[in-house]
Amino acid sequence: MNQPLKPNSFRAGPDENGRFGIFGGRFVAETLMPLILDLEREWNKAKTDPEFQAELQHLNTHYTGRPSPLYFAERLTAHLGGAKIYFKRDELNHTGSHKINNCLGQILLAKRMGKTRIIAETGAGQHGVASATVAARFGFPCIVYMGATDVERQAPNVFRMKLLGAEVRPVTSGHGTLKDAMNEALRDWVTNVEDTYYIIGTAAGPHPYPELVREFQSVIGKETREQIMAVEGRLPDMVIAAVGGGSNAIGLFHPFLDDESVQIVGVEAGGKGLDGEEHCASLTAGTPGVLHGNRTYLLQTPDGQIKEGHSISAGLDYPGIGPEHSWLHQIGRAEYVPIMDDEALAAFQLLTKLEGIIPALEPSHALAEVIKRAPKMGKDQIIVMNLCGRGDKDIFTVGKILGMGL
Amino acid sequence: MDRRFEALKKEGRPALVTYFMGGDPDYETSLEIMKALPGAGSDVIELGMPFSDPMADGPAIQAAGLRALNAGQTLVRTLAMARAFRETDQDTPIVMMGYYNPIYIYGVDRFVADALAAGVDGLIVVDLPPEMDDELCLPAVKAGLNFIRLATPTTDDRRLPTVLKNTSGFVYYISMNGITGSALPDPSVVGGAVQRIKGHTSLPVCVGFGVKTAEHARLIGASADGVVVGTAIVNRVAGSLTPDGKASASTIEAVTSLVRELADGVRAARPVAAE
Repeated sequence: MNQPLKPNSFRAGPDENGRFGIFGGRFVAETLMPLILDLEREWNKAKTDPEFQAELQHLNTHYTGRPSPLYFAERLTAHLGGAKIYFKRDELNHTGSHKINNCLGQILLAKRMGKTRIIAETGAGQHGVASATVAARFGFPCIVYMGATDVERQAPNVFRMKLLGAEVRPVTSGHGTLKDAMNEALRDWVTNVEDTYYIIGTAAGPHPYPELVREFQSVIGKETREQIMAVEGRLPDMVIAAVGGGSNAIGLFHPFLDDESVQIVGVEAGGKGLDGEEHCASLTAGTPGVLHGNRTYLLQTPDGQIKEGHSISAGLDYPGIGPEHSWLHQIGRAEYVPIMDDEALAAFQLLTKLEGIIPALEPSHALAEVIKRAPKMGKDQIIVMNLCGRGDKDIFTVGKILGMGL
Repeated sequence: MDRRFEALKKEGRPALVTYFMGGDPDYETSLEIMKALPGAGSDVIELGMPFSDPMADGPAIQAAGLRALNAGQTLVRTLAMARAFRETDQDTPIVMMGYYNPIYIYGVDRFVADALAAGVDGLIVVDLPPEMDDELCLPAVKAGLNFIRLATPTTDDRRLPTVLKNTSGFVYYISMNGITGSALPDPSVVGGAVQRIKGHTSLPVCVGFGVKTAEHARLIGASADGVVVGTAIVNRVAGSLTPDGKASASTIEAVTSLVRELADGVRAARPVAAE
């Protein structure tokens, strides 16, 4: 299942300083440095510890419900009239998205490190729910920082977190969005370094977070390889995933990075269009900078101030992106494209009607790109898209836009 | 900077290090505040470079940064402020303090050159730990700027040598784990920590986080070579503003009156030290 690394592998990063090319690194306040070095030491032990791996795999199987199915979307394929479309169905996971893969891994690390308190940040609330879930499962108190704006527009997830015993702290500093929630979680962490473990929700932040989150999410791509080989006897021609911070995408992409025949496409939130200010396309419209512990592509002013992102999907609403994506973008191994709010919304509705699956607005962006590309590809070609979350949380947002009262 | 600390040592008192946010609430008022600081008793000036996402700062300094940015402050203007200050004051050390991204975007070499030309003495960049020295610390030190490092309660004896490497000017000891603007920690614990750091370096050790009053400055100054005050000053600016967030006639005085009190505090810190 684990392929050997080639001499010039794309899968070898990060280096010992946490860098992917010029991206990544450890840009944090001194208070956090000893803690991040501790985490790195513990992670290096855990990743080769068979007991740790066995416990994680047991939870993945019996708690999350892995492996998630690889589903051939027959009617969508016929409708688009081109490449065969498969969905990696991580929306069927316990808690309804890929976020649980990462949270289970990190809570096991927290336990190993003897931490007794969990904090997390969340945008749409999916990572907050997954964090609250694993905290409940392992008996840890959990505090979730969430932008005040998001608290309002994601009320069902806020209620779920509270039911799970977590405390949701609305963040009003800055502009009250995901990046401010992350700032606030980092402030909590520097204040409570002794007992607190910070479960970062995406493959970003200071080293070793981008690496360890990727490893926990790579279960998606590893399963996909095995499953597609079993049904089709070959690798896909293209893998596609939505990219906010980019954890579901890197999880799908990473096991395929050295397969030259596999085209890799990440889909960013184009919001209301890249000409204006209301989008979240860090790679296609941003520049390299330093935020939240890593160097990566950011939406920023010419003076290095960070801008707000906008997307119909709160889960993509982040002005940065994981450093490994920045590197893959720079070296050209993966291609990143924007999809607009209205395109994602149309894809959301199409999938619901054709396949009876209500996708989250995040993977609806990836789906919109599939809708553009599949018709131009041959019927013998294969696309795998990561259907990383279910859309129940989004029905209120969509209902409002479509003018249906709920 | 070394001269200033040497002189204070002879005087037998700790330095008063004052932080203010460059451009808060506007460029002109902020420059006036800066120019008034030495006369009110400040020995070293920390000039804040505003950043949209100050992850190690509390709400007061974040709000000050946003006020400055909304008033049009940029790194170019913050450097201009240092240059303007130097026209009338060639002695008071200036330390520019902030986060890395605006400097990275400005360009490291260009920033180091412009900071030196403006008469800046040192830099404090919160999110550049020793592991990232190649980024800015080494070019800055090579060019002759002091690179002042933060040490914290989590910086144990094993890590202190790493933190103290490539550092100069003074060591900024953050007296507690947390963000700016928190409560004052126990002065005796702080004193122990200062002694621990002094076991590893001959640099002056200045202590910040939580110092708000003359009494705090006196207590912390008893064991430290310098006392850093930031949030309390920024709060004075905020408290003096008009309802629509503009400077008022009392803004400068609101800051200088506090700095005068703090200066009295550091002068009372070691009554027996004037040997």
